[in-house]
Amino acid sequence: MAPGPLNGNRIYFTKEHDMVRRAVADFVQKEINPNVDQWEAEGIAPLKKIFKMMGDLGFLGIRYDPDYGGQGLDYWYDTVFLEELGHIKALGLAVAITVQTHMATPAIEAFGNDHLKNTYLKAAIAGDMVGAIAVTEPEAGSDVAAIRTTARKDGGDFVINGSKMYITNGTQADFFTLLARTGDEPGYHSFSLFVVPSDLPGVTVGRKLDKLGIRISDTAELFFDNVRLPAENLIGSQGEGFIYQMQQFQHERFSLLPFTCIAARDIIDMTVEHIRQRMTFGKPLVARQVLRHRIADWLTEIECLQQLIYHIVRMKEAGLDATREISMGKLAASRVLIGVSNDCLQMYGGLGFMNEMLISRYYRDARGLSIGGGADEVLRDVIAKLEGY
Amino acid sequence: MAVKSKSATQIYFNKDHEMVRKSIREFIDKEINPYMDEWEEQGQSPLHKLFKKMGELGFLGIRYDPAYGGQGLDYWYDTVFLEELGRIHGSGLVVAIAVQTHMATPAIAEFGSEYLKETYLKPAIAGDMVAAIAVSEPDAGSDVAAIQTTAKRENDTYVINGSKTFITNGTQADFLTLLARTSDDPGYHSFSLIVVPTHLNGFTVSRKLDKLGMHSSDTAELFFDNLRVPVKNRIGKEGEGFIYQMQQFQHERFSAIPMSYISAEEMMAMTVEHIRKRIVFGKPLIARQVLRHRLADWQTETECLRQLTYHIVRMKEAGLDVTREVSMAKLYAAGLLTRVADGCLQMYGGLGFMNEMPISRAYRDSRIISIGGGTDEIMREIIAKIELG
Repeated sequence: MAPGPLNGNRIYFTKEHDMVRRAVADFVQKEINPNVDQWEAEGIAPLKKIFKMMGDLGFLGIRYDPDYGGQGLDYWYDTVFLEELGHIKALGLAVAITVQTHMATPAIEAFGNDHLKNTYLKAAIAGDMVGAIAVTEPEAGSDVAAIRTTARKDGGDFVINGSKMYITNGTQADFFTLLARTGDEPGYHSFSLFVVPSDLPGVTVGRKLDKLGIRISDTAELFFDNVRLPAENLIGSQGEGFIYQMQQFQHERFSLLPFTCIAARDIIDMTVEHIRQRMTFGKPLVARQVLRHRIADWLTEIECLQQLIYHIVRMKEAGLDATREISMGKLAASRVLIGVSNDCLQMYGGLGFMNEMLISRYYRDARGLSIGGGADEVLRDVIAKLEGY
Repeated sequence: MAVKSKSATQIYFNKDHEMVRKSIREFIDKEINPYMDEWEEQGQSPLHKLFKKMGELGFLGIRYDPAYGGQGLDYWYDTVFLEELGRIHGSGLVVAIAVQTHMATPAIAEFGSEYLKETYLKPAIAGDMVAAIAVSEPDAGSDVAAIQTTAKRENDTYVINGSKTFITNGTQADFLTLLARTSDDPGYHSFSLIVVPTHLNGFTVSRKLDKLGMHSSDTAELFFDNLRVPVKNRIGKEGEGFIYQMQQFQHERFSAIPMSYISAEEMMAMTVEHIRKRIVFGKPLIARQVLRHRLADWQTETECLRQLTYHIVRMKEAGLDVTREVSMAKLYAAGLLTRVADGCLQMYGGLGFMNEMPISRAYRDSRIISIGGGTDEIMREIIAKIELG
């Protein structure tokens, strides 16, 4: 498949963008897609191997400072990278990759000290370490302030106790970017973000969780039992972790949008190929007006989402706060992906219900998008609040 | 009063755009909105008087050649103009204005002779003449090629016979941009676009139509009985009228889009003001999460449509064919506007059902967007044809 956005969107990208796009597309086509069925079946992808290759190619630090091995490029290149991840035929792996690039590392890059950047950011960009973001707990999902994991100051160390849940890359991670309570006071200034190496005594990876979808990505429950962490592993100022994480969430949420948009288009293209060949009552399904119109509606929604994404990129480049637009984008993206995969599965009929079919995987994978990175309902709350309601 | 949108439009519009915006907004606030109730009641607006004022302010030829009195500005200014029209308290008049600027005159500007531009385009831009577009017939709406009105060549004149219906501005128009059959051959090269002055013998307004909404705009059925019009009133080449009209439709459809998202924003703002004050079961309605989330969804869709519109503007400026994107945006605009109007009316409760309420008018007016300028179904046909063949 020819890389790159279709139609009028080519006016936003230069030859330099296309070169990066082709490099990422080639990698996805050669090193990832031929293996995803196997990894999906195994319930885990070999991230250390994949990230090392990606790191060597410069894919894991598109926007990051060249001092730490990054490419120092802008959000348009970042978007090109994220769009090409949408061609991965197992969206769980796209999420695993963006955990590394957009969920577990942005706060280290933005607020971390030199030690953290040299030790973890650099290694994450190079693909020598796998990162994970540890915020969610059994009793605290989108309601982040409800977390109970604590980090108590003890001499020059922090001592961490608690558990984290639904942690993507959890069984393979070399470090966790972890949010913990460092104060008992109510409000948003009682939390801190830490980088916690997974090999410290007291860190246990509990069970690998069995999921409805994104099965190619390992998801784990983590336990922290009196884990002693040097104070230098604190990201930024103590007590500001919640604030940092809210900012990091914007990167996380944004990272889900470009690949969703591209994946939705891939799903439609794949389905159209199928319904051109599938004959019912003497005519190919693609000739049925109701299916054609359904596809037209989804293509319209995809184009709208695409333009909202590029608007966010322009806002980011202009240094504007894009919380409102990213929340809208995430909300629209989950609707599009879930809607497209559901309607396309329908066009496959009984075949679409078989796990061996890719459409079935897309359908299962899509469902996670309305939950992860902030549930649809939380995003609507954010939007309503920002609108001043 | 105009709503301040939370959208980051400042990255696309500069001070010059905002000056144009301000002057249009002031005109609407002073010269239009105070009279809208009266014009709605009368079933039409005084277009000659209104267009003359607008022409003097340079509003009727934003993009047109200064040689004919136009401003010679680009599609961004055009969009500013169309956005501000969305603040008029009655879509009927918005459409009446867009007929003058985007439906009845683009083909004259693009394909018309010097004579036609001097005689009709220039006075239309100056506001000295009111224009209408006469394509639809009792048996030919979106299926344009089914029209039966004929223009038979007799030396230097065309003899026109037939009827046109649902013609906006039809009772007030000084000239019609009319599509007629100039040949009996099947196919798309048997039609011609002709500028028909309404003072000619053989022209009759057979009736002014009573409509569900859009009451501030007059809509007529027109009758042509051996009307003789000089051949020099033909736009461009004989036989190419259908093709010209398909291109003119792109302007028409585009013109419906910016006013749609602005109108949706205005409706939401008005409704939010209402539900802040409306107390039910001891709480203001605005505190109800289900209403807040509904509004958040509409704001998301509004932002999506706005960004798709700006994408279309960039494509137009780059000289690209925007048929796909304009069809998508028209389809999306119709869905958004009807949904928001319906949902906002719901938030008003019984009050919203009263004709005296602006939301009731907005609800009635919104219904036409799914029909006029090509139905939703036709938009989906176009998108499906472009995408699926």
